[in-house]
Amino acid sequence: MLFYIIKRILMTALVLLLVVVFLSLLVHIVPGDPATTILGPRATPGLVQKMREAMDLDKPLYVQISNFVWNLLRGSLGVDAVTGAPINKLVGSALPHTLILAISSLGLAILFGIPMGVYSATHPNSPADRILAVLSISLTTIPSYVAGLFLLLIFAVELHTLPAMGIGKTGDIWDYVRHLILPSVALAITWIGYLSRLVRTSLLEVLNETYIRASRAAGLSERLVRYRYALKNALIPTVAVLGVGLGSLMGGAVFVEIIFTRPGMGLLIYNAIQVRNYPLVRAGVLIVAILFILTNFIADLVYTYLDPRIQLNKRQG
Amino acid sequence: MQYIEKPTNSIQRTLDRLPILGDVLRQPLGVVGFAIVLAFVISVLFAPLIAPYDYARQDIPNRMQGPSTTYWLGTDHIGRDIFSRLVYGSRIAFGTAIPSVGIALVAGIFLGLIAGYAGGVVDNVIVVFMDMLQAFPSIMLSLAILALLGPSLINVIIVIGLTWMPNYARVIRAQTLSVREKAYVEAERSLGARDRAILFSHILPNVIAPALLLAAMDLPWVITFEAGLSFMGMGVRPPSPSWGAILSDGFNHIFESQWPILWSGLTLALTTLGFTLFGEALRDVLDPRLSGTRGL
Repeated sequence: MLFYIIKRILMTALVLLLVVVFLSLLVHIVPGDPATTILGPRATPGLVQKMREAMDLDKPLYVQISNFVWNLLRGSLGVDAVTGAPINKLVGSALPHTLILAISSLGLAILFGIPMGVYSATHPNSPADRILAVLSISLTTIPSYVAGLFLLLIFAVELHTLPAMGIGKTGDIWDYVRHLILPSVALAITWIGYLSRLVRTSLLEVLNETYIRASRAAGLSERLVRYRYALKNALIPTVAVLGVGLGSLMGGAVFVEIIFTRPGMGLLIYNAIQVRNYPLVRAGVLIVAILFILTNFIADLVYTYLDPRIQLNKRQG
Repeated sequence: MQYIEKPTNSIQRTLDRLPILGDVLRQPLGVVGFAIVLAFVISVLFAPLIAPYDYARQDIPNRMQGPSTTYWLGTDHIGRDIFSRLVYGSRIAFGTAIPSVGIALVAGIFLGLIAGYAGGVVDNVIVVFMDMLQAFPSIMLSLAILALLGPSLINVIIVIGLTWMPNYARVIRAQTLSVREKAYVEAERSLGARDRAILFSHILPNVIAPALLLAAMDLPWVITFEAGLSFMGMGVRPPSPSWGAILSDGFNHIFESQWPILWSGLTLALTTLGFTLFGEALRDVLDPRLSGTRGL
């Protein structure tokens, strides 16, 4: 187990290093100079040179990469080329909003998706099961930005019941929650459908296992068998998927943050891209990649803990 | 050689099971899916005949109108016919999805075959490269690349191809690893067949089916992905009527008219639903073993 964790951490570090190299390489593959792009065609050569220095672009590629990695190891993401602000500060203020959004969406998905799946699996082929099946497959096919725009149209533009923009007044938690409702529902919709289908399938599988039949034959109540014994095992694959889910929800957050102008990581990176603010793009994408890898890693560990039959080092193949 | 029975390859097995479509259409949701996919294909093929107006034609005096007999689904902020734009938009959805999935499929097959067959260092290098590509949420990877390449249809196709490729490489690699050890491959090798011949004539036909099925199932996701990129202004350029661009125009004028968002959002969601239903019905017919996640 320890060996596996060490191996996994080393692999993760290697992948992250490659991510940095890849992001640094990208800027060189492309024709044109980011400094000129930021400053526009009328910038003086002196200004362009200054901007290139600010972005480390005047140095050879390996120096750029080692500088970036060295700063990263010391806990600094560098300096924003456009405003001169430390990127740590920008990421520090944006990241919590994205994490809160992703976690609350995941919470909504669990809250609605799992009961839907359990109900379907415990009433297989009933009319309700069929309706839930069509409903959940339909939910999985609605892109988050379509869901977001529709919610915006209904609740903010037509009904004026929920706010459409921003995160509310600072310090007002109730206002923050009100601003969180539409974005997190928009982001959760796909996952509600997805979880419901996943839970239904795995619960149906578990309910056919011999130990469940044995428990029933022993006269245990159906309630106990279903919710205590079967559901516990049926939720194991769900945990693995939830880890991946948190990461991909942070990706999907880009759309939702644009639509609802939430000042999170997605909007930060998107705005940086609009002005070709290359150091900020690199740092932002790297942070999201680190979180993405981390959540997958944690989900894997939880997965082994829940189901000791799974040997992590044998799952590598 | 004749003592070792060579399995009929999976394409052959698949073809033997025709008529597949009949089986798909025996499922109610398969019929719904097929009808939507058919409508989509007809719209792609006959867009100029179906669309009453040119997608870029402006009728400024009648801008932001609701549905009427002149403009079936209404007009957008510069008086373009929304219905015509949606019909032509299917061509962009199709024209992006097919080549980008094609690129992902071909590159993924190639890398997966090499990784699975060669093993060792080559395998490790390819696997780490795939891990790197999958270390980002795909939308972030695409945005980072498009930020530098600049938005255009070709770039979107390349980026989607690159982002989707690891999925296929993984599937093909896993299959190749198991097929590599089969007796008929051993036999070919001992008879002195070259690696290239073994790979492409003997292993490839036996490992390709799951990747093709995966590609069919991926089409709707690629369509929504392209629309998402266009929505953010990172996809095709105006006045091209990408569904995402129509949504984006609608978003910018959301307080003046709701029709562009409503229709383009519904079109996107319905198309995705249709392709998903059809793909799942197809999967259940072709490969019942894979039907683990199906809800019906």
